[in-house]
Parts: sequence; structure tokens; C-alpha cells
Amino acid sequence: MIPEIGQFALILALCVAIVQGSLPIYGAAVGNSALMSMAKPAARGQFLLVLIAFCCLGYAFAVKDFSVLYVAATSNSQLPLHYRLAAIWGAHEGSLLLWTFILTVWMFAVTLFSAHLPETMRARILGVMGLVSMGFLLFMLSVSNPFERLIPAAADGRDLNPLLQDPGMVMHPPMLYMGYVGFSVAFAFAIAALLGGNLDAAWARWSRPWTTVAWCFLTVGIALGSGWAYYELGWGGWWFWDPVENASFMPWLAGTALIHSLAVTDKRGGFKVWTVLLAIMAFSLSLLGTFLVRSGVLTSVHAFATDPKRGLFILAFLAVVIGGSLLLYAWRAPRVGLGGGFDLVSRESMLLANNVLLIAALGSVLLGTLYPLFLDALDLGKISVGPPYFDAVFAPLMTPALFLMGIGPLAQWKKANLPELAMRLRWAFGVSLVTALALPFVLGKWTPLLSLGLLLAIWIVTTAAINLRERLAHVDGSSLAGRLAAVPRSYWGMLLAHCGIAVFVVGVTMVKGFETEQDVRMNVGETATIGGYTFRFDGAQDIMGPNYTAARGTFHVSRDGRDATVMYPEKRRYPVQNQIMTEAAIDSGLLRDLYVSLGEPLEDGAWSVRLYYKPFVDWIWGGCLIMALGGVLAVSDRRYRLAWRREEPAVPAATQTAGRKVA
Amino acid sequence: MNRFLLPLSIFVVVVGFLAVGLTLNPREIPSPLVGKSAPDFSLPQLHDQGKVFSSNELTGKVWLLNFWASWCSGCKTEHPVLMQLAQSGEVPIYGMDYKDQREEALAWLRRWGNPYPVTAVDESGRVGINYGVYGVPETYVIDKQGVIRYKQIGPLDDDVVAKKILPLVKELQAK
Amino acid sequence: MSWLALIMLLMPGLAWAGEAKPLAEDPVAEARLKHLAVELRCLVCQNQTLADSNAPLAEDLRREVREMIAKNMSDQEIIDFLVQRYGDFVLYRPPWKMTTTLLWIGPFLLLVGGAITLVMALRRRGRTLTDSAVTDEEHRRVEQLLSQGVKRS
Repeated sequence: MIPEIGQFALILALCVAIVQGSLPIYGAAVGNSALMSMAKPAARGQFLLVLIAFCCLGYAFAVKDFSVLYVAATSNSQLPLHYRLAAIWGAHEGSLLLWTFILTVWMFAVTLFSAHLPETMRARILGVMGLVSMGFLLFMLSVSNPFERLIPAAADGRDLNPLLQDPGMVMHPPMLYMGYVGFSVAFAFAIAALLGGNLDAAWARWSRPWTTVAWCFLTVGIALGSGWAYYELGWGGWWFWDPVENASFMPWLAGTALIHSLAVTDKRGGFKVWTVLLAIMAFSLSLLGTFLVRSGVLTSVHAFATDPKRGLFILAFLAVVIGGSLLLYAWRAPRVGLGGGFDLVSRESMLLANNVLLIAALGSVLLGTLYPLFLDALDLGKISVGPPYFDAVFAPLMTPALFLMGIGPLAQWKKANLPELAMRLRWAFGVSLVTALALPFVLGKWTPLLSLGLLLAIWIVTTAAINLRERLAHVDGSSLAGRLAAVPRSYWGMLLAHCGIAVFVVGVTMVKGFETEQDVRMNVGETATIGGYTFRFDGAQDIMGPNYTAARGTFHVSRDGRDATVMYPEKRRYPVQNQIMTEAAIDSGLLRDLYVSLGEPLEDGAWSVRLYYKPFVDWIWGGCLIMALGGVLAVSDRRYRLAWRREEPAVPAATQTAGRKVA
Repeated sequence: MNRFLLPLSIFVVVVGFLAVGLTLNPREIPSPLVGKSAPDFSLPQLHDQGKVFSSNELTGKVWLLNFWASWCSGCKTEHPVLMQLAQSGEVPIYGMDYKDQREEALAWLRRWGNPYPVTAVDESGRVGINYGVYGVPETYVIDKQGVIRYKQIGPLDDDVVAKKILPLVKELQAK
Repeated sequence: MSWLALIMLLMPGLAWAGEAKPLAEDPVAEARLKHLAVELRCLVCQNQTLADSNAPLAEDLRREVREMIAKNMSDQEIIDFLVQRYGDFVLYRPPWKMTTTLLWIGPFLLLVGGAITLVMALRRRGRTLTDSAVTDEEHRRVEQLLSQGVKRS
């Protein structure tokens, strides 16, 4: 009964979505206020309905209702409750429900925080989001129904893939989808503005917080996924340039470009046509990712079970949504005004240069991901594009972007002076250069890449420090604390996010430069030393988990004769899918990770063991979290809080007239 | 041209490729060995370990080389097709028992039937590597000069046999 | 001395503190294998390198590469051996060819094209927008309206 309620809720949600996607947009076009006002209750109703469907599926998992095909396929009676609930998004159908649910969450959020928007704008935004959710609901109800019955019911389920039985599975997909789908808001704002012909500075101001929040979620989501792969796959890698990883990284790059471009549009009213294109791109790349993961056109470690029928549906949906948006763009963009002027050398131009670099980097990821498909489609042979390609192409494109990150925030708006900038930055450059050249020698090994990585990281931090000092000098207030408090939060957010990048770069550079690994054969009582730590193998015992059996090794780790820690890597066997999983043991620290994974049992209780010493590896994810924190800080800025509270849409009228004058 | 149409045109091209991509199998890797000489091998025979089977015994004949194993489920799928093809007498199919246990392989053939006049044993998988095998079953069509003319990746079915293998074999035999 | 070691080997379970042996017989060759294998694709896996995969074919290929290393073959010879059998598909670093030219230079073309477009767009704006005072004024108005809105609410 409960699954049928869920199914019925989805059907109702589809009906509501159809209404929400058509009438308010029509109302906005003809100026019918009654039709426009339907958007808000429709969006809230849809949220409620999809929430009901989501809870119904969760309930089916909780009570182990194996008469639901999806539940039987992705869970098992032995599976612990939290993983049963995470199994909601453990495969294609349920994760699609999560996608749609999160889309309605964002819609609901828009209805809550849009009191200050003009009625027509809000009607169009919610209408566009309704159209998107209509596509996904239709997709679910036609070819990927999570509530499909299995008659007769299965005695027990086929279990969740053991790879997914991990705390990472509980957090990573919801976070990632919050990011992916969050770009739908910026997208809807852009389409609404194109439809209404009011693409102006106010539009940029409104889009900024939504874009930043979505970006924060995406950043955290990607970091969680990377961390998960790091400890779960057992290879100690944290990024594999796999198509599915790239699918999440491309919207991130576009979103990062969008955040910076929105700053120019907000401040100067300029480059609106570019910014609006980026807003379309960020969400389009999210949709493209959905297609790549579910259609089976590319092979990936993380892909869903695939089905060409589903691939065709998403592709058609993709063609309609993105194709339609780009058509609208081609039609409306030529009429958009230019906005305010700025010099060839200015903060604005540097933000846009950063955009060019980010887009070229995005291009390299897109090209690398799709190129094998292109060649295959043209019958020109099969190739693989993997980490060596991306390392060779992506890194050189990002290096100037990181360098620019130090200069941009110090340049003046409108017109900057290069010689003057060089004067202000000469100390930062000198300090960074000397430290970056010398530090690797102190650490024991010098390579050009080590120095380059450190140079960029130190450069970002030192320039941020100079920036802060200059900023504080211009702020009124007697005490330092008072002056610090007077600096707007969006500024702190920017500095923090940039420093997050620096922390990330340090992590990548150090782990690439100094990580060591050993494959050893360890008898009980034998020791191996890596990175100054001595590991003593004290044997492996058999243990029982809730739904697996495992051999658990015990390693006593000491340093300079003193006990450091005890580590317990496991080799698990999940009987339902008869799958062996390597559960690495990791001792995390600020300056290094120790990583032990069990290989195969050898004779006499010995095991083959892989040991890693990974310096600074946690800085990679720490940097991402700092970036996201910076985003959160920026969104909490006074001006956005004011914008939420403000009721009357006074801005567009003013900017529209000004925009027309300029154009 | 309106420069604002550029994003749309790029997108249309990409969607076109993605649509074609849906019809392709990304896991099927064409062999660079087609059109090249089949690698020579001399291996013990499955039924009589004392005897050696070498590929150059077959020079002047058109033949199929089928990599299989008792542990491979796809081999079970294609087995009836092989039996039928062997009975038709159109072309001899030589077997290559790939990384298998001898007893199990013999039992497998006893149980399901033996379409091969001779089966060689590639215990280490080394001949498989020379032939670029990456998953059994795989089947090669080799011509009179010992050149590989076609490679079937995955199980053979009636359709492939009727539309690809047999016409090619006839053409090669006529040469 | 050697008989002592022999006795110890014959007494399983006897724990004594010793340095664990590397899994590989020849750590130098193993390092070279690793260096090669991270750029090679496991053919049967979803998307894994030869170094990371535990598939039987990956193990066979690693054994094959180890033997070639022992025969003192160069990296290029080893790669050629694999490409002859499996095609360019085994290489995670696509070779520079006619068909891959766009792959390798595409991103840089995009960068150069983007940079030229940006500079041209900025120049064009500089010419069309002689008077930027309008926007300053506009900006002040926006800020003013924003602050009024605050007071009202």
C-alpha cells in the first residue's frame, strides 16, 4: 500500500509540475497576476508530494519490503538500517528520486526567499524549475519507477553493492546533488531574465547567493566523494579523472567561473550575455553528467547499471532543456545592453581572464572525457584518455589562474595600474619565490613541480595577507578588532575561499612529491618502516560483521621507539554478492596519513600488505572545506540578508533605465 | 552568422555524438591484429597432453580459432552455435582452452559436446595475450595465409555466424 | 647460519622481530613496473589502471611486463608490445596522432581563442562606452534604493 501511495504522489507531483511549468510562465507573458500567483503554492505542493514519495520509498526500505523491485535489488535483510536508508539512492531509480526531491527542495527554498522578487520574475523562475522537474518526474514514471512491484516478492534482497556500504554513501550523494541541482536555480534565474528581457545588475545580485550556495554544496560533495574513494577503493588515490568524477567536476568549474563572472555583472553590469551563458552552462553540465553516468556511453568505475532506453530519454530531455535554453539565448542575448565600462587592466578584466582560464580548463576536461566517444562514433578507433592526459593539460591551464588569483583581488575596480600593482606585490612575490625554492631542499627533495606548487600556494596566501592589510588600513575604527569586524563578510569569504585553494594546492603538491609506498610480505611479528614509522604486524583474526565476515589485521605503529597508534585494516567478504572488499586502515593527521591495506593471505599467517605514507594528504579535502566555508561566509554577507528582507523590487526599475541609456 | 548561435551549434554537435554513442559499446575494443598474421603457437593438446598442436599446421586452410574456458559463462551461451557450425562442416573450429583446469575443461566438453577437432591448452594465458584476448569467448577467422581476417569479441550468435562469419569464410575459401 | 634460518622457516607461528621482505623479488624492477602500469589500462575492468587492478588478465599482463623488464627491454618496446596486441586503448596517455591532435591542442586553442576574444571585447567596449559616469550614478542609485528598502522594512 505504502509504495502505491508513493507512486500516486509522484503522479500528482507530475500534474502539479505541468501546471507550474506552464501557467505562471504564460501569466507572466500576458501579465495575468492570478496565473502568476499559482507558482508559489504549486512549487510548495510539489515539494510536499515528492517528499511523501521519498518517505514512502524510505519506509519500504526500513520495513524491508522486498515486494518492491528496487528495494529487493539494492538492499538485504542483513543490511543495517542506516545503509538501507542510504540505499534509497544506491542505484539509478532511487537516486533519480533523490535528484527530483532535491530539485523540489530548492524550489521550496526559492518560494521562501523570493519575497523581494517582482511577481513576474518569481513566476518565471518557478515555472522554469517546474519544467525541469516535470522532465524528471516523467522520466521516473515512464522508465525508471522506483516503486515498481516484484510479484511474487523476493524472499530476501540482492543487497547493496558492498562498495556503497560506507558512511560516504550516506553523505556524498545528497551533498553532490544539492550542488548539481542547486545550479538549476541560477539557471532558472537566467532563463527567467532572458524570457522577461530584464537581464540586469539586479538579476546578477539575486543570482549570486543561490549560485554560491549551490557551489558550496558541490565543493563539499566532490570532496566527500574524493575522500570516500581514497579510503574505500584501497588504492590510496584521491582523484582518478574517471568520467563520472569529471562529470561532477565540470559543473564545478563552470560554477566557479559563474561566481566570478556574476561579480563583474553585479558590480559593473557588464558581460551579462557571458554570465547568463555560464549560468546555462553550469546546469547543462550537471544534466550532461546525469546522462554520462546513467546511459552507459562511457565506462567508469562508478557508473550505474545502464540501459539504452534510459539513455535515450535523458538525451532527449537534455536536447529539449539545453537546446531550448540556448535557442532562447541566441534569440534574446543580442538585445542585452553592454553595461558599465572598465579598463583593459582592472579587477573586472582579471575576473574575466580567470573565466577564460577556467573555461579552457573545463574544455580540457570535457574534451578528455568525450574524446574517446567522438573517435568511436566517427569510427576512428578506440582510445583511452586517463590521468596522464589530464595532468599534462589541466595543470598548465590552472597554473596561470592560480597566479592571477593573487593579483586580481588587489587590482582596483574599473582601472588598475600594472606598475603600481607590481610595486605592491613585489614583497609577496619575493617571499613566495624564495620560500618555494628553498623549502623543498629543507624537506629533503627538490623537483621543479614541488617548487611550482609551493610557489603558487604561498603566493596566494601572501597576497591575501597584503590584501587584508591594505583593506584594514582603509577601514574606519580605532581598535584592530573593530576594524576586522567592519570588513564585510563577502570579502572574508573571498579571502577564505582563495586560501582554501592554497591549502588544497599544498596538499596535492606535497602528497605527489613526498608520498611513499611499500608492498611487503609480512609474517606475524615482522616490521616494516615507511616515512619514519615502524609497523609491526601482530597477525590477523577472523571477525564477524553485521552482514560480512572479515579478516582483521593488527598493526602496532611506533615512531622512534615510541608507540604511535594501532591500526586495524580489514579484508571483508560480503556473502550476498560474494564480493571481497579491502577496508584500509588510515591514521589521519594534520601533517600526514598512514595508510595500511591488506592484500592477500599468504602461507603461515603471513599477509601481503601495502603501506603508504602520505604527507599533507588531508589538506586536499581540508582545502575544499575551507573553500566551501568561504562561500558560506560570503553568502551570509549583510547585503544579501538585507535583500531577503526587502519587499519592494526597487532595483530593476533603476537599473533598467540606466541599462537602456548605455545600450 | 549570429555569434550567439555558436553555443547552440556546439551543443547540437555534441548531442549528435552522444546519440551515436548510445548505439556503441564502449567496452568492445577492436583488435589491431585484424589484417595481420596470426601469432604462431605450439601448445599441448587438451585430449592428449603428449601431442603438440601448432598453428602452422593449418596453413592453406581457412579456420576459426575459438578461445574458451569452462569457467566462462559466455562460452556456455555460444556453445550451441559452435556445435551447429561444426556440424555444418563449413569451416573447422579449433579450440583454445584459456587459463583453465584440464579436468574441468574435459568434463565441460563431455557434458556439452565437443565442436573442436583439436583443442590446445593455453594454461598461462600467454598465447591469449599474443592474440590480444581480453575476455573469453573470443573467436578469430584466419585465412589460408595465416592472416587474421575477423575477430568476434564475446559470444557468437546465429546472426553473427550467418551474416559475418560464413560469408567471410566462403570468400576466403574461394581465394 | 643458513641452517638457523632454515629452522626458523620450518617453525611457523614462531614470532620474531624481523624486517618484512618486499613482496617483489626485485624492488627496482617493481618500481619500473609500477611506473609503467599506472599509465596502462586494464582492459577488462571498468576504468582502472593495470597497477590498481586485481583482474586475472591484469595480473597476467603485469607478469608479462615484469618478464620484459627482466629482459632489459626499454619502456617504449614494452609499450609497443602491448599496443600491437590491444591497440591504443591500453594507453591512458593517448599517443600524438592525426586523430588525437584536437584532443591535445584543443584546450590550448580554446585558451588562445578565449584570450583574443576577451581582449577584443574589452577594446570594443572601451570604444563604445566613452562615458562610464552613467553606471557610477546608477550604482549609487541602486545602493540608495537598497538602503531605503532597509529602512522601510
